[in-house]
Amino acid sequence: MALNSKIPAGPIDAKWKTYKSTCKLVNPANKRQLEIIVVGTGLAGASAAASLGEMGYKVKAFCFQDSPRRAHSIAAQGGINAAKNYQNDGDSTYRLFYDTIKGGDYRAREGNVHRLAEVSASIIDQCVAQGVPFAREYGGLLSNRSFGGTQVQRTFYAAGQTGQQLLIGAYQALERQVALGTVEMYSRHEMLEVVKIDGKARGIIARNLVTGELERHFGHAVLLCTGGYGNVFYLSTNAMGSNVTAAWKAHRQGAFFGNPCFTQIHPTCIPVSGDHQSKLTLMSESLRNDGRIWVPKKQGDNRKPTDIAEEERDYYLERRYPAFGNLVPRDVASRAAKERCDAGYGVGSSKMAVYLDFAAAIERYGKIEANKQGKGNLDKASIIALGKDVVKEKYGNLFDMYAKITGENPYEVPMRIYPAVHYTMGGLWVDYELMTTVPNLYALGEANFSDHGANRLGASALMQGLADGYFVIPYTLGNNLADDIRTKAIPTDHPAFVAAEKEVSDRINRMMNIKGKESVESFHKRLGKIMWDKCGMGRNAKGLEEAIREIQALRKEFWSNVRIPGEVKEFNPELDKAGRVADFIELGELMCKDALHREESCGGHFREESQTEDGEALRDDEKFMYVAAWEFKGESQFELHKETLDYEVVHPSARSYK
Amino acid sequence: MQHYNMNLTLKVWRQRNNKVKGHFETFQVKNISSEMSFLEMFDVLNEQLVAEGKDPIAFDHDCREGICGMCSMHINGRSHGPWDQTTTCQLHMREYKDGDTIVVEPWRANAFPVIRDLVVDRSSFDRIIAAGGYVSVNTGNAVDANALPIEKQKADESFAAASCIGCGACVAACPNASAMLFVSAKIAHLALLPQGDPERKVRAVNMVQQMDTEGFGSCTNIGACEAECPKGISLENIARLNREYVGAVFSGSPRG
Repeated sequence: MALNSKIPAGPIDAKWKTYKSTCKLVNPANKRQLEIIVVGTGLAGASAAASLGEMGYKVKAFCFQDSPRRAHSIAAQGGINAAKNYQNDGDSTYRLFYDTIKGGDYRAREGNVHRLAEVSASIIDQCVAQGVPFAREYGGLLSNRSFGGTQVQRTFYAAGQTGQQLLIGAYQALERQVALGTVEMYSRHEMLEVVKIDGKARGIIARNLVTGELERHFGHAVLLCTGGYGNVFYLSTNAMGSNVTAAWKAHRQGAFFGNPCFTQIHPTCIPVSGDHQSKLTLMSESLRNDGRIWVPKKQGDNRKPTDIAEEERDYYLERRYPAFGNLVPRDVASRAAKERCDAGYGVGSSKMAVYLDFAAAIERYGKIEANKQGKGNLDKASIIALGKDVVKEKYGNLFDMYAKITGENPYEVPMRIYPAVHYTMGGLWVDYELMTTVPNLYALGEANFSDHGANRLGASALMQGLADGYFVIPYTLGNNLADDIRTKAIPTDHPAFVAAEKEVSDRINRMMNIKGKESVESFHKRLGKIMWDKCGMGRNAKGLEEAIREIQALRKEFWSNVRIPGEVKEFNPELDKAGRVADFIELGELMCKDALHREESCGGHFREESQTEDGEALRDDEKFMYVAAWEFKGESQFELHKETLDYEVVHPSARSYK
Repeated sequence: MQHYNMNLTLKVWRQRNNKVKGHFETFQVKNISSEMSFLEMFDVLNEQLVAEGKDPIAFDHDCREGICGMCSMHINGRSHGPWDQTTTCQLHMREYKDGDTIVVEPWRANAFPVIRDLVVDRSSFDRIIAAGGYVSVNTGNAVDANALPIEKQKADESFAAASCIGCGACVAACPNASAMLFVSAKIAHLALLPQGDPERKVRAVNMVQQMDTEGFGSCTNIGACEAECPKGISLENIARLNREYVGAVFSGSPRG
């Protein structure tokens, strides 16, 4: 099967405009007859469901949480990018496009990324109109800050709770449609199968997580907005419930999986404290605006950080990357931290951490504040007190979170941080219209692979989720459904629904009847360890081959020895989790196979065999300038398809931030 | 910071579903590290129960970083436990010492029926938002974001109200099980912004009406909600809600 990305012809800045003015439309009376299923209610799902409801489609939205407002987009901290150029610092649609392509290490599609940059400005307008309380300057206009991989200030934010505020905006828009009756909301429901009729996605099987009953739902189209799969590593910054199940079921039904090994390891997270750890907590990239990252110059230095003099500190990012300093992209910052720790310069009791220090920023802000208040000759202690207030206003909630988790006061001592799994650039392969290789099945937001290449820039996930939901799918869905207006709603006693439900039910019963000895949690931890050790920040052929064998063995063990307590037909979180872990195990194998086949380093994918003399990632554009789209062919059987990437505008070069 | 291990006695509410009566059950947990979060301590207990062939304790949780609002334990008589402005998932075990007994209950309110053990149904909050907690603006209608400057202080106040995570601790803490703090936070968030102005009257009337329909109690200015709110939502919002509501009703605003 040849992959057709359906990128419109024409110059890069005309593609989306042309598409919008020539795509097919569905008239209002017909929209009312068309049913759309939206799975997931994060930024992509909530914005899509709300917008499609407003347009007149009949929407059913599903989430596994108790309320759509709790989807994990809520936890995004730092901000959302938009090419507004409000700061007059030379930003433009082209620059956001260029930064994103370069940041992704030339493994993203130009057409998609340009569209993302184009609609970015409308997202901010839309959110402000909804009442999202972004940070503002004293003049009443919107404030911006910097994020990694850029030299302009284009990030809009609401303290360290930007994701929360954007999601609440989308959630409120969604609830408005629920009240109007255009969207029917199914909370505490999990999608467990895609139903295909005549080759097209026509519905889902969902499990009511309160009663345990399976339900059949018809839709003319199905939109998966189910987020990323970072929890395959067990420890990640994802929520406990974040999972790959919906995307994996779609994959098994014929949707190709794009670049599954492209994982983002975020450089600034609170380090692991022990075996009991259930998740990792991010400290926003926005902290790198003001915090300086360092380790001692001496190996194994056990002194308190405040006792280590300035000249004995190695600000290694500023040293290695003078042009971008502490604001290099995430993949670069993470590898640099790992390099220092592996070389014996790490700090804290585990020695697997580096310092993120605000002392200089506190003093700098204190001086500015003192001048503002006309107190030029204050003593140092008073200046620092003023500076702490400024830092508190900017990052207060993050500092509080750090203090609660570690018991240390980050206003007094530097934070200890270490990289952790955060985001997955890979996901279901989609064309320009966000449709997967299964007709009428779409993937939006983090669930698709499309816009971030091999590394995502900070503050671009919120942008992509809302772009897909508010501004892309409302056009592209209509273009397809215009040909479907004669399709009547298919009754759910259709044999395809009956068979799909039986499949799901059989699998659940098989799992419940194993009645083995080992808990679901234990299998998940073991999978995570294999993935982190062998398919994490550094990867090599030998480790990946071992990982594939170990995962295959783990899978056999899971299906013969897992213990799931309770009953099927009741509220049973262990059973919910068992299904998710079973899917993660299958996905883990594919990720390792993808990482093994891609014998180059690019973005977050670092093959140790492919690096420059000074340890930077070394791409191989001759052999690997393509999207790896994997087709499911049976258990442990995946066939590789390649979508060649054509760079018409940006010419790929070695990515340098020095 | 000194780390240590501890043994604890837990008295936890067990209730199979909303049709049967619940009861407290006592558990012993050993070697709990002071570095664990409260929910990680529950993970340890649940692993122990699974190993013993018993049913683990059902509890709601998701982000485990204090922002999704899903976790909801009433710990030793306090919503989200003893720390100020903290969700259960962010409470850490260094609060406790060896030999302590901890009592854990679900949120208790008629408008939050128990689903299982510590899990309750908070969909009433969604229905209150659906009654008017939004600005009626369709996608694609917006003007340039900087076309409407907003005084920084108002924007900051609005943000402070909007930081509500919808967890329901305010209801659980209130002897009347009132949802006034939750409702007022949304009213204040939108009333403080010019975008929310056109619908402010009908919003106040409809959201209060829905709150009453759901069976939440009345506000008697006790203030437990503010004290237990993990996001520090201020009682001033309730005063604002009362003004908005009275203003709407006395100006004869029609119900939407």
